[in-house]
Amino acid sequence: MWTAHDATAGRSAVAHMLRFWLVKLLRASITLWLVVTAVFIVLRTSGDPVQSLLPPDARQEEIEQFREAWGLDRPLTEQYAQYIVNVATGDFGKSYRDGRQVSTIIAERVPWTLMLGLTSYAVAVLLGVPLGIWAAIRRNTFVDRLIMSFAVMGFALPNFFFGILLILLFSLSLRMLPSSGTGTWMHMIMPAATLGLATAGALARFTRSAMLEVLGKVYLRAAAAKGVSFRDRILRHAVPNAAIPVVTVMGLNLGHLVGGAIVVETVFAWPGVGRLLVSSVSSRDLAVVQALVLMIACTMVAANLIVDLLYGVLDPRIRIAAKD
Amino acid sequence: MTAEPVLSIRNLSVSLPPGSDRPHAVKNVSFDLQQGEILCVVGESGSGKSVTAQAIMGLLPGNLRTDEGAILFGGNDILKASGSERRDITGRQIAMIFQEPTAALNPVFRVGDLVAETFRIHTNLGASEIRQKVLDLFREVRLPEPEQIYNNYPHQLSGGQCQRVMIATALALQPKVLIADEPTTALDVTTQAQILKLLLDLRREHGTSIIFITHDFGVVAEVADRVAVMRYGEVMEIGTHTQVLQNPQNDYTKRLIAAVPKLAAGAPRDITGSLVLEATNIRKTFKSGGNWFQRGRSVHAVNDVSVTLRRGETLGLVGESGSGKSTLAQCIIRLIDPNSGEINIEGVRFSDLGKAALRKARAKIQIVFQDPYSALDPRQKIGEAIAEGPVIHGMKESEARARARSLLADVGLDPEAFDRYPHEFSGGQRQRICIARALALDPLLLIADEAVSALDVSIQAQILELLARLQKERAFAMLFITHDLRVASEICDRIAVMRHGKIVEEAVPADLLLHPQQDYTRELLAAVPGAHHRPQA
Repeated sequence: MWTAHDATAGRSAVAHMLRFWLVKLLRASITLWLVVTAVFIVLRTSGDPVQSLLPPDARQEEIEQFREAWGLDRPLTEQYAQYIVNVATGDFGKSYRDGRQVSTIIAERVPWTLMLGLTSYAVAVLLGVPLGIWAAIRRNTFVDRLIMSFAVMGFALPNFFFGILLILLFSLSLRMLPSSGTGTWMHMIMPAATLGLATAGALARFTRSAMLEVLGKVYLRAAAAKGVSFRDRILRHAVPNAAIPVVTVMGLNLGHLVGGAIVVETVFAWPGVGRLLVSSVSSRDLAVVQALVLMIACTMVAANLIVDLLYGVLDPRIRIAAKD
Repeated sequence: MTAEPVLSIRNLSVSLPPGSDRPHAVKNVSFDLQQGEILCVVGESGSGKSVTAQAIMGLLPGNLRTDEGAILFGGNDILKASGSERRDITGRQIAMIFQEPTAALNPVFRVGDLVAETFRIHTNLGASEIRQKVLDLFREVRLPEPEQIYNNYPHQLSGGQCQRVMIATALALQPKVLIADEPTTALDVTTQAQILKLLLDLRREHGTSIIFITHDFGVVAEVADRVAVMRYGEVMEIGTHTQVLQNPQNDYTKRLIAAVPKLAAGAPRDITGSLVLEATNIRKTFKSGGNWFQRGRSVHAVNDVSVTLRRGETLGLVGESGSGKSTLAQCIIRLIDPNSGEINIEGVRFSDLGKAALRKARAKIQIVFQDPYSALDPRQKIGEAIAEGPVIHGMKESEARARARSLLADVGLDPEAFDRYPHEFSGGQRQRICIARALALDPLLLIADEAVSALDVSIQAQILELLARLQKERAFAMLFITHDLRVASEICDRIAVMRHGKIVEEAVPADLLLHPQQDYTRELLAAVPGAHHRPQA
């Protein structure tokens, strides 16, 4: 029955939730501000952008002109203040290399990274989670050991090495898949596999241990005592509980989508933000680097927020506080 | 009761995997369960009582097999039943409830849905009919506001309410047999008394036969029609309530019954020692963390409590879970800092000490914890665990080691065990090690926080004896925290009853037991299992 008391409780709950999200947002902005500041300082103290952007034989006037054009002649504090104001208003500046809007340059690349990242993420989840569950059910059998061996291999092999192995095998020896670039869905297979399989390995291991812990719980014995079938005990009773820790790891991996693609995009010459970041760092295209790092940090923060939300969905103990 | 038994166990043997400390978990066990009877299976840990229950339910862990015997239910051997026949019996005709009710309910389900599941599996009833049946069951097991509880999650219910939900699940399809595996062990004593009463009522109303597994002879005295005593996987003795409790034949049964703590005051002692502990007006409030939807709450865990202790004296802090007794102890030793109040230990203002001074002063207070398994570092040799404290407080290594050896002897262990690791010892031995470790610093005050609660009764009696002897020899003051009035009445000079963070009554055991002043104390005393059926040892 809905009572006046419930109504007051409901209003206070809404107020409380608003405050919860405000605090979250505030924390996220502090994180982002720290990231931007750190990047700004590191990039500007580790070398002169002019040296790498202009040809080595550039004349002094050219250098001065360039500095003035990009505001690099002003004191660092002033540059920093200007930069923060710009970022806060959504202006990421222009690339030092070709003078185009940074946001335009990044927008060109984002779809590619998303395509690769989401595909590999799907591979990781669809492969890693069921394999982890299977390994847990078949604990200490051949199946378990086989799955775990692959899982360890998956995340022990460095990305670049695994990618190169795939190129050697499928492109050079078997000539089945294109070694790099884009164009057809075939181009996607190896980069997505490289990125996805490593994550799948980590997820499988994690899912396995989460499942094993849940499988030992009394409530699963209680379910068996009711006569619940094995399938339902696993799918209905065990998996939702095991999902709580697994989601944390899945969330972190979601955050790695953009950041993790750097190596793989370079190996397979994939035109995403990862490769853009590498080339921008080496050419000291500060505006682009700063915007990209900010974007990567944003995806991490967003992934964490999503995980926080999912916790509440998955775990009633978080959603509903205990009674007095 | 001469009719055909409902359930008949015949020569049941379950072997343990190779490398275990004995070949069989259960060996050659036979007993009958009659219609409407409560058979108590009693035994200490490792006696095979739970394995017997699991074998009946078909819930043996993967590494255990029944290799001999028969379990006759309705004239058929259910060990030979096919998978589908077995599933039809499990949950429908033979049901089970577990020791830890809060752990036996899946945390992500609403409790109503958990009970409804049994109907969904075994019947063709529609959703609304099932809901109605679940609500009826909730009423039957006396859950308050069934409609609301239906939609609650397990964490929103108390331990007793969770056990009621479990019982509702088990009774859903009116099973012929209910197996209750230590169903009240994890509950507070007043809750335990309510659950026992509920089980007795249900037996009377439905004629359900119950196998009641317990380690507690007090509970046996309350509920049993017949009693089977198990040890090392074998049935030592089986007989009626009166036969086994009043006139046990088997030596083990006799010893076990003798070891059960009695609700009777020990001989009063003359305490003349100097004042060791003076804690006045201690307060501790916890703020529990809120979440997205709710604000945090404050709990007054300890609310204006004062205690004193003299050398050689034992003060019992008795209370149910959440009464604040452990928090008070932790405030005294300053493992947590009280919000206010003053603690004097041998004249030193303990509550005002800074970090460095506190570290030094802590040598004077030592604590023995409840769970001897997690209280010892598994990677530290036991001798070193004992010597570590003295060394930290400045004793020479060689001297500390010599003291550790002599302490091992004092607590009844071999001094040569110095170099062994905790996993080589039983629970009782580990608790002896913990006591030696606590005494290594020659404390003025020893806090025993439920120090015998996790132990079997026979071991419990030995540890209580050990503590009493050591206290006599060393004259330390002891703050003895327990939920068990029986244990407290045996060992304490004074007993303080705590509830909701306050001491509601404090008295010498004889007065407290015979002339309790407070209703709550009377309630606690009445709830002590077996209080009215004192077995003759």
